[in-house]
Amino acid sequence: MDTNYIRRRYLIAWISDAIKPRRDIVMFWQLFTSGMALGCVYALIALGFVLIYKATEVINFAQGEFMMVGAFVAFSLIHFAHVPFWITVVLTLLIMAAFGVLLDRLVMRFLVGEPAFSLVMFTIGLALFLRSVAGMIWSTDTFAFPSPVSGEAIQLGSVAIAPGDMLVVGATALLVLLLYLFFRFTNLGIALQATSQNQFAAYLMGINVEGMFSVVWALSAMVAAVAGILLAPTLFLHKDMGFIGLKAFPAAVLGGFGSIPGAIVGGLIIGISENLAGGFLLPWVKDIFAYLVLIAVLIVRPEGLFGIHEKKKV
Amino acid sequence: MEPLLRLKNIECYYGPVLAIKGVSLMVNKGDIVAILGANGAGKTTILRTISGFIEPEKGEILFEGKNIAGLNPQQAVRRGICHVPEGREVFDELTVAENLRMGAYLRKDRRNVSSDVKRVLEYFPALRQRYRQRAGWLSGGEQQMLAIGRAILSKPRLLTMDEPSLGLSPILVKEIFQIIRRINKEEGRTILLVEQNARLSLQTASYGYILEVGRVVLDNTTGELMENEDVKEFYLGIQQESIRGKKRWKRKKVWR
Repeated sequence: MDTNYIRRRYLIAWISDAIKPRRDIVMFWQLFTSGMALGCVYALIALGFVLIYKATEVINFAQGEFMMVGAFVAFSLIHFAHVPFWITVVLTLLIMAAFGVLLDRLVMRFLVGEPAFSLVMFTIGLALFLRSVAGMIWSTDTFAFPSPVSGEAIQLGSVAIAPGDMLVVGATALLVLLLYLFFRFTNLGIALQATSQNQFAAYLMGINVEGMFSVVWALSAMVAAVAGILLAPTLFLHKDMGFIGLKAFPAAVLGGFGSIPGAIVGGLIIGISENLAGGFLLPWVKDIFAYLVLIAVLIVRPEGLFGIHEKKKV
Repeated sequence: MEPLLRLKNIECYYGPVLAIKGVSLMVNKGDIVAILGANGAGKTTILRTISGFIEPEKGEILFEGKNIAGLNPQQAVRRGICHVPEGREVFDELTVAENLRMGAYLRKDRRNVSSDVKRVLEYFPALRQRYRQRAGWLSGGEQQMLAIGRAILSKPRLLTMDEPSLGLSPILVKEIFQIIRRINKEEGRTILLVEQNARLSLQTASYGYILEVGRVVLDNTTGELMENEDVKEFYLGIQQESIRGKKRWKRKKVWR
């Protein structure tokens, strides 16, 4: 037989094997749950994008770097200052909130009203800046972040769930619930929504609009810090971990950029589907699958899953 | 007696244009005062200057005897000036309830807010049925009612309204003006009203100013204004057998 024939047969066998759906239900659920944990981290970063975008119309490309800084702050507190884990979480949230407020007061306030392009360039620059500063402070090594939970994987039927994954999902659910209650029932939360919907009217109500911007930056820096603390033990701690923000960005767009439930659903969809794709299709598909899903959804629904068409006021 | 609000020779720019060229006016406590004028006369600019969005170039704004020129909008609200803007400007994605709650944002007496909300819903029964719905889904008239109700909830000592009749049907306009009168009478709120609908606002207000291209050209009690020949012809549109036997387009306004 000629070699070409063999080569062709071999290729066909390899492809059909690769794309053949394996009806392996255990593997499906295994991938589903670990994908869910990953999706939660995407969702939290996407949430940070959305919060800032809705209130200030800035797309903060440094959101992933906020997460990285939060994770390193927590790591330093635990590793060098030997602070107990739960106190570290509280301290990190406070430090990141202060970081967000300072960034808004010292820099963003002077960029209000600049063209969108300069703002985008600024946040990209900020991301680079934070990455290199983190490199200077914490070196470019990869660190192991201590996990707050340990122990055996929990068996759920025949599916084993890592306790770390459980923690990620649980913490995300709790955070989302808290944010929901905050936006729905507190005066400050409603005032934040009001500011992002109609700044002029917010001024008329006596709302301190500049103050609201600071609150939003603080809030999204805190959400990013939570994402960092959750992600670092399961993945790694490195100055470049912020690049995961590039995966969270499609999650935010998928949800309709500007919708908080959209960001969460978008994050979960991307996390779960890319994990399934990596397991059932080809391993390398995993890295591009987020974008494939995004393109597919945007073709069908250009405004995103939870987005609304921009209406013209009459 | 010192009036609640007194503008002394205000001059201000709207963008590059000198929109207000030395306006002085007075609003006494408990009154409804109307400012009439055509498009571009500077009515909106005056209201925005009072509520702190525009800083006057020259002149003084005395509110309860203190100069408030150059304060920011938040400080103006704190002092008790609330502005109902042209074009409603409700918070589209918040519910009616949340919109009203934002009206009381700066208030310290949280306990009385719910009874005040009840009173607002009495003024505007239409809002009661829509209480849990998004403001963006309300009709134009309901949105105007919401904007007025929201403003009342800040318990302003001076309520400034910019074109509350804009884009509403004649029946709704009448209803809104009735409620404006009730708010003035029952709550004792002082109201400064800017309107294009001259007839209704002269019937509603007790004193009126007529503004043309940034200047006050005439001011008087509304009863007197309604008798004024020029006001009749140019603002109320009453066609008379011309006294001087001239055609309307040949007639000149006396104040020019």
